[in-house]
Amino acid sequence: MSRPLLELKDLKVHYPIHGGVFLKRIGEVKAVDGVSLEIREGETLGLVGESGCGKTTLGKAVMRLLKITGGSILFRRKDGTVQDLARLSRGEMRPIRAEIQMIYQDPYSSLNPRWSVGDIVAEPLTVHEPELGLKERDDRVAWLLEKVGLTPEQAFRYPHEFSGGQRQRVGIARSLATRPRLLVADEPVSALDVSIQAQVINLMMDLQEEFGLTYLFIAHDLSVVEHISHRIAVMYLGNLVEYGPAGEVYRNPVHPYTKALLSAVPLPDPDLDRPERIRLEGEIPSPLNKPSGCPFRTRCPIAKPSCAEEVPALLEVSTDHFAACPLA
Amino acid sequence: MNPHEESDEERVLLEVRDLKTWFDVEGRTAKAVDGVSFRIRENEVFGLVGESGSGKSVTSLSILRLIPDPPGRIVGGEILFRGKDLLKLSWSEMRKIRGNRISMIFQEPMTALNPVFTIGFQLTEALRRHAGMSKEQARDRAAEMLELVGIPDGGRRLKNFPHQFSGGMRQRAMIAMALSLEPDLLIADEPTTALDVTIQAQILELMLEVRKKTGNSSILLITHDLAVVAETCRRVAVMYGGKIQEIADVGPLFRAPLHPYTRGLLLSLPRPDKEKPPRLSTIPGIVPSILDMPKGCKFATRCPERTERCDLEEPELREIEPGRYCRCHLVEPLPVGERKGGGE
Repeated sequence: MSRPLLELKDLKVHYPIHGGVFLKRIGEVKAVDGVSLEIREGETLGLVGESGCGKTTLGKAVMRLLKITGGSILFRRKDGTVQDLARLSRGEMRPIRAEIQMIYQDPYSSLNPRWSVGDIVAEPLTVHEPELGLKERDDRVAWLLEKVGLTPEQAFRYPHEFSGGQRQRVGIARSLATRPRLLVADEPVSALDVSIQAQVINLMMDLQEEFGLTYLFIAHDLSVVEHISHRIAVMYLGNLVEYGPAGEVYRNPVHPYTKALLSAVPLPDPDLDRPERIRLEGEIPSPLNKPSGCPFRTRCPIAKPSCAEEVPALLEVSTDHFAACPLA
Repeated sequence: MNPHEESDEERVLLEVRDLKTWFDVEGRTAKAVDGVSFRIRENEVFGLVGESGSGKSVTSLSILRLIPDPPGRIVGGEILFRGKDLLKLSWSEMRKIRGNRISMIFQEPMTALNPVFTIGFQLTEALRRHAGMSKEQARDRAAEMLELVGIPDGGRRLKNFPHQFSGGMRQRAMIAMALSLEPDLLIADEPTTALDVTIQAQILELMLEVRKKTGNSSILLITHDLAVVAETCRRVAVMYGGKIQEIADVGPLFRAPLHPYTRGLLLSLPRPDKEKPPRLSTIPGIVPSILDMPKGCKFATRCPERTERCDLEEPELREIEPGRYCRCHLVEPLPVGERKGGGE
C-alpha cells in the first residue's frame, strides 16, 4: 500500500449565514463537518454524494480556495516534507498550488473566451515557472496539447472553436502544465455527452499511468466513479458515511445510505434482475439545521432512537473498508 | 417483455411521419430534425434517446408546435395524433390539445414554473380552462393531485410559491400539473436530468405509477440517459444527426443493438455491475456540426465499420424484422417481412 499524499484530519468548513438589519451571524451551514480521509500516492479516490453533501466544498478546501473552520490538511510535498495546508498563509500556499491543480466541471465557463488555447494552457507556467523562456514555454504547451490528444497547431485557436470534449482536454492540459501530483477533478465529465465522456475518462486514466498522478475525483455519477476510482468515499450532509476499495463498496455496501444510493443507480440492461429498490423517504435535510447525531437518521430505514445521540464514528467493517453506522 | 399481439394500426396514438424542422442560422439552414418517423401506441412508454444536438428536443417541441418561428420552421411531414394532423390545426384548435390531450414536463422545473404565481394557481389554471371546473372543484382536484405525487398536505401546499419547493418537489408538482387532465400523451423532456439519483428514481417511479392511476397516458420520454430508458421504456428510438437511426423494443435493443452508433453508445458506458475493462470503449471523433452534416450516413465520420457507400449514399430507415428498424447499409432486413432493400 503506497503512502498517503494527502491526509484530511477532522476537516471542517462552515459557512456563516448573516441576516437581520445589522447582518449579524444568525447561523451556519456545516458544509464539511469533520471529515477524515487519506488519498494515497498514485490512486484515484472517488468522492460521491448528492447535491449539498459537501463534496465540492471539500475539493475547494483541499485547494485552499475557502476558509477552513477546523482540522488539518496534511500534504506531502515533492521534497518529502509534510505540510498542513490548513495553516498556511496565501503566500505560503502559492508554491504548493503548482503541485495541486484542479479540473473543473464546465468546459464552457472555465476557459477564458478571449484567450487563445495556447495562452490558457501557458498561464500556470507564467505564474509558477516565470524563468521559462518563450521558446521553452511554447514547447511545453505543444507537448501538453499532444499529451491530451490535441495538436500543437490548435494552440492558436480560441475556445469557441472547440467542442465540449476538446475544451475539457484543454482544461486538463492546463492543469498538467505545472507537473502537479494531485489533481482535484470536480465533476469533470458530467457536462459531456456519453460518447465523449468515455474518451475523457480514458484520457485521465492514461495520464495517471504515465505521470503517476493522484486524483480526487468528485462526481455524482456512481457508474463513472466506480470505473475510474481505486477507492470510493461516500458523503452525506457534510459527513463521510462510507469509505473503502471501489469494488468492495460497490458490491458490499454497508451503510444504509450507500445501499440506497446504489440501488437507485439505473443500469443500461433491461434484462437485469435487480433486487427491490430501496426507497428513501423524503429529501435531504437542509445543511442549515442538520439532524443531531447521525445525519442520515431522518431518512434511514433502520434508524433507532439512539441514532440521535451522537455522530457515529467510522468503523472498519472489512480490510480498509469503513462505514459510519453502528447498526449495519 | 410481452410481445404485442394486436395489430399496430389500431393502437397507434401518435404517428410522426417524415418530420422536418429546420432552423435559419446566419443565412444557412440547420436541419435539426430531418425526416423523423416513429409511432407511439396507446398506453406505451416510448423513449427517444440521443446526445446533444441529435434533434430529440426539437422533435418533441415540434409535436406541440412550440418551435419559435423564426428562426425555426416545420418544413415538412405529418404529426398524426389519433389520425388528425396536428400540423394542419389552427392555433385555437392546437391550444385545446396542449396541456389537455398532450402535456409536457420539462427538464428544469424552476424555469418551467412561473415564480410569481402560487403552485395552486398554476395547477388549477389548466383544469379551469380545459375541463371547465369551478374554482373550488379545480382546487380540490389540484390538492388531490399533489397528494398523489407524494406531496403531503396538498391543500395547504397550493398556497406555496415555486421557490418554497425543493427541486424534487417542483418536478412532482410538474407531474401533477401534467397528469391532472389525464392527457393521452405526456411528453417528458429530460425530466430527471437536473435531479439527484435517489430523487430521480423516485420521480421516474412516480411518473409511471401516477400514469396508471390517472388516464393510462402514453409517455414520450426524451433523454440522453440509456440507463433511464432501459428501466422505464418499452420501445425506444435512437437519434443521431437529426435522424432516427434505430427503433426497437427495449429488450432487443440493449441485448443486441443493430446500428453501429447504438452499439458504440452502449459499449462506452461504464458498467459497475460487470467485470471492469481496462479501458472504456469509445466512439472516436466528435458529432459533426449541424450546419455541416456528412452527405451520406450521418454517423459515417465516426463509424468503425464505414464503407465507401456510407459516405456517398444516405441509408434508409428499414424494417429489419417485425417492429425493428435500422438506418444502416450494413444491416440487411431478414427475408421474412421483406421490404425494399437498397441494392445488393
